[in-house]
Amino acid sequence: MKPASFRYYAPQNADEAVSLLGEHAPDDGHILAGGQSLVPMMALRLARPGALIDINQISSFAEINSESGWLSIGPCVRHAAFHRSVVEGQLGTLLTEVTSHIAHYPIRTRGTLCGSLAHADPSSEWCLMATAMDAQIHARSTRGTRIINAEDFFDGAMITTLEPDEMIVLVRLPLLVSDSVFGFEEFSRRAGDYAMAAALAVYQLEDGWIRDARLAIGGAEDCPRRIPEAEAVLNGAQPTLEIFLEASSVAASAINPIKDSRISSDFRRSLVRTICGRALARTT
Amino acid sequence: MEKLDFTLNINGSDYSLSIEPRRTLADVIREDCCLTGTHTGCEHGVCGACTVIIDSEPMRSCLLFAVQAIGKSIRTVEGLADGDDLHPLQKKFTEHHALQCGFCTPGFLMLALSALERDPDISDEALREMLSSNLCRCTGYTNIVRAVRSYRDAGK
Amino acid sequence: MSVPRHFIGRSVPRLEDEVLLKGSGRFAADISFPNQLYMRVVRSSNAHARIISIDSVAACATPGVFAVWTSDDIQDIPPIDFRDPAAEALGPYRQPVLANKTIRYVGEPIAVVFAEDPYLAEDAAELVEFNLEELLPLRSASDQPGEFEEGIGSEPLVLKSAYGDCQAAFDTAYAVIELDLTIGRHSAVPLETRGALATYDPQKDLIELFGAAKVPHRNRNTLMRMLKREVHLHEGHVGGGFGVRGEIYPEDVLVCLAALRFGRPVKWIEDRYEHLMAANQSRGQRHVAKVAVDAEGRVLALDDEFFHDQGAYVRTHGARVPELTMGMLPGPYQIPSFRSEAHFRLTNKTPAATYRAPGRFEGSFVRERLMDAVAEKLGLDRVEVRRRNLVSKEEMPFARPLSTLGTEVVLDSGDYALLLDKAMERFGWTEASSATRRRRMKGESVGIGLGFFVEKTGLGPTDSAHVSVNRSGVVEIITGGASLGQGFETVMAQICAEALGVDYTLISVIHGQTDRIANGIGAHASRATVMTGNAVYAAALNLRTKLLDSAAALMQTKAAMLDIVDGQIISKENAAGPSLSIAVAAGDEGLSAEGAFHVDHMAYPYGIHMAQIRVDQGTGAVTVERYLVAYDVGRAVNPKLVEGQIVGGFAQGLGGTLFEEFLYDDQGQPLSVTFADYLIPTLSEIPEIDILVTEDAPSPLNPLGIKGAGEAGTNAVAAAIASAIDDAIGKPGAVTKIPVTPQRLMALLQD
Repeated sequence: MKPASFRYYAPQNADEAVSLLGEHAPDDGHILAGGQSLVPMMALRLARPGALIDINQISSFAEINSESGWLSIGPCVRHAAFHRSVVEGQLGTLLTEVTSHIAHYPIRTRGTLCGSLAHADPSSEWCLMATAMDAQIHARSTRGTRIINAEDFFDGAMITTLEPDEMIVLVRLPLLVSDSVFGFEEFSRRAGDYAMAAALAVYQLEDGWIRDARLAIGGAEDCPRRIPEAEAVLNGAQPTLEIFLEASSVAASAINPIKDSRISSDFRRSLVRTICGRALARTT
Repeated sequence: MEKLDFTLNINGSDYSLSIEPRRTLADVIREDCCLTGTHTGCEHGVCGACTVIIDSEPMRSCLLFAVQAIGKSIRTVEGLADGDDLHPLQKKFTEHHALQCGFCTPGFLMLALSALERDPDISDEALREMLSSNLCRCTGYTNIVRAVRSYRDAGK
Repeated sequence: MSVPRHFIGRSVPRLEDEVLLKGSGRFAADISFPNQLYMRVVRSSNAHARIISIDSVAACATPGVFAVWTSDDIQDIPPIDFRDPAAEALGPYRQPVLANKTIRYVGEPIAVVFAEDPYLAEDAAELVEFNLEELLPLRSASDQPGEFEEGIGSEPLVLKSAYGDCQAAFDTAYAVIELDLTIGRHSAVPLETRGALATYDPQKDLIELFGAAKVPHRNRNTLMRMLKREVHLHEGHVGGGFGVRGEIYPEDVLVCLAALRFGRPVKWIEDRYEHLMAANQSRGQRHVAKVAVDAEGRVLALDDEFFHDQGAYVRTHGARVPELTMGMLPGPYQIPSFRSEAHFRLTNKTPAATYRAPGRFEGSFVRERLMDAVAEKLGLDRVEVRRRNLVSKEEMPFARPLSTLGTEVVLDSGDYALLLDKAMERFGWTEASSATRRRRMKGESVGIGLGFFVEKTGLGPTDSAHVSVNRSGVVEIITGGASLGQGFETVMAQICAEALGVDYTLISVIHGQTDRIANGIGAHASRATVMTGNAVYAAALNLRTKLLDSAAALMQTKAAMLDIVDGQIISKENAAGPSLSIAVAAGDEGLSAEGAFHVDHMAYPYGIHMAQIRVDQGTGAVTVERYLVAYDVGRAVNPKLVEGQIVGGFAQGLGGTLFEEFLYDDQGQPLSVTFADYLIPTLSEIPEIDILVTEDAPSPLNPLGIKGAGEAGTNAVAAAIASAIDDAIGKPGAVTKIPVTPQRLMALLQD
């Protein structure tokens, strides 16, 4: 399982990286960040980029900044960077919780959050998080930079709305207000496997009532998605077991399960119902 | 494809290389640097047999291209023993019968060593989670955990 | 500080470890020769097709490519033969080294590329083009047989075995229970993939094959017949075998032939994707089994018809797996009447063969499901039903009118009831039964289960060994055995040390080198400790006699007055007096001795698995809370190694019960082709298990009383876990199919 040949570039700054990507887009040029998802695909020859643009030595790409209510994450920030909270408040805690579920430690020391988004695996924990949190993805090409909201970013299993000559240069997440709570849960066959169903619930608790509920499901459909029908059950309600069960049932019914000869729709829905319920239980 | 000329630093020694960019770090360590202790069990980043330590972190060398390891400090299993003297972690492995065929062993040694160097007081739970990163098909894992725990406890 | 006299029974550290720990092992991929070529196999991506033409022009033209072969280039090479004499009916189903006119499974070798480096070889392999006529694949052994080739059907034979009067038993039974049970396809999947490296010496007209394992001498014989010249096999380090590594595969033949024809060393290392579709798979069987019982739950007759999914070809094992399934099906129970019919059927999947506890993992699942069903039907306790059916100690040796592996099944020794008592106590079965029931009443799905099995080990008929001491006092054992990681060298050294009176760490053990000893049995079927171990013991005792005779002359006394302790020959009456080292006794020429061991029947260790599991009602996931393997090994040479085999075996058994499955789609495309799809358990999935090894029933068939231990941990895992799941979910008989995936379990819960 040796990869096919490619041209290799190791640009020293963002401009160079973007320019190289523009030049090699016709040749299926790819950004190489962590490589933990891309390289296995190259080994299986499912991916055969004509050029790899290695961005690991661009030090500004590894930065995490928080200002004006936003957390900005560069394209080379590793999953492991979130092992400890990177920002005060619930967002920092949430990111630490989510990262601990990603694969295994040796993958996390190398793989990147932005890389996971670009890879768009339906089961990716970061893709689920970005969807739940309405992340802003900054995509840059030689033609300029544009901001893509998470709900417009994922376009199918392993498909995003990035143009071939665009790379993610930043992801921004809104900081969570102080009375926010969250709960994350996923189900996988073995420790560290991709999730067969995952749920991330985030809401504010105002005088004991739920508001601004975000409930996103991953691993069950082609893309992670917030489920408005389930959020409607939560908003304005109290965080009780009954409400959580109802929201979970609604979410299970609302999803359009991935077509998979090995996993039946019924089973996928059962998982969503269970995992959603457990994620919600963790919010209290 | 054109070859690139560069140097890799492995176990403190420099290796001068001229290789294609698509060659993985695992293959280059094994074939070009002739350090065959690092094994490839899957070449797609799941089994962990190819685990080496790079700048003190454990990484799967089958998922890195050799060119990406320029300027880094790479440690492989060959760097553990001091001549004929086994590293204390290696001694624990044999004491606890933590290897049978030995194919996964270098990967586990580097994984465990990096974990304990980073956190000598690592909890049992965190250790189990860490050791769940790699696959073994012979031992059923129990003795590997015991060996690593014993090494941790001996260091306290 | 005196060195312990006895080495048998001690958990000494392994001789093998140091080299492996340092990363200095010589696995197949670690070996290289100057000027070697790399071989890459071009494999079929169709399950069933007629080859119209193959175009290798572009591949050949690739810089760095030395040659490309198809079956046209190897017309003088016959298909791969069976390892043991097999039924003539199986002949037409042997696998050609490269597909001839028909492709029969995804992954089948159709062509090979030889190139200067493995990356180039893989590039070139992609350029080989095929013109094929696709055919419909045969998908299941449960379907009616189809066509293998014109005029040749896909059911080569139906094996039949019977004794007693089953019909009468079923006619007069108090109750009859019938079950339809399926064991899913899975396999060994060792962490090292296959590999082979061949060299050719024209001066000696000798081919040497590196990377051999398991049965080097047998493979040498087969290869010599195929290639018509001398072949030596060399075993280096081996990354696990479990039955699938070390049989002759097409790639082994191809590297040898290429080395011969090209005059250059040829190296082939399989990748994981290839391994999961080309190395032997196993276990796929469907059983329709029934028992006739009396009012007390005693089995009067066992009748089993089963469908064995052999895959696309019959490889070196012939029909061994269904044969083993049949022969060992009765397990530890009396079973006065028996009938079994095995439909040995080909399908368009990867060929199947033996994998750890072959035929017994499957058979134990079937047999123990039946015993649970009997208990349920008659309202009896599951343990009590088994107890009532056990062969008793007084009946040993117990001959079953069955044969397997060419010998009759004669259970040599065993106190099954005693082990059951010990296991019950150790596990706390009665307390666990109440405790889990209380937890179930509070809403948890938790339960206990068990499986009782008999293993077969020590397959003869003969093995030999050569032991020598040179003038420096170095002891060397030469065996025809093989090491796949199980600690073969250490165990042989311990046995030799015991007989000879020398520290085991001073003994070196040769194995897997066909040029060092004429014949050997390799290591498989849990026979190495029994057969090679006893041969080593005999040889060492013979050498001891020679050493004492030599020393007696030198010390001017009688040999009977002397003993060897820690390499020193001493007087029994005056241990502290004058002594002679074995080096001196060996003399300038050294001394050596042969030893052999013959046995007509196998040794049968036995055991019980007990499991306590919990089902997650929301996901169908199973957690093993507690697990016991109770096993009577006859005599343990190295208890820690025995335990290691049991834990490792358990992990594989658990994998096959809950996680591992080779799935194929409607077109015969394999779906489990990477480690992301084929799920080998990690540490998180394998609990620490309790092990109780007893030595209550040593084998009377060999001087050391040894029985093997390699397959004990695997044998009854599916049986015990299925039993526990039924208990946990309160649905006796629910589990009829393994692996019990979360999806299948959720469906059972929701039924």
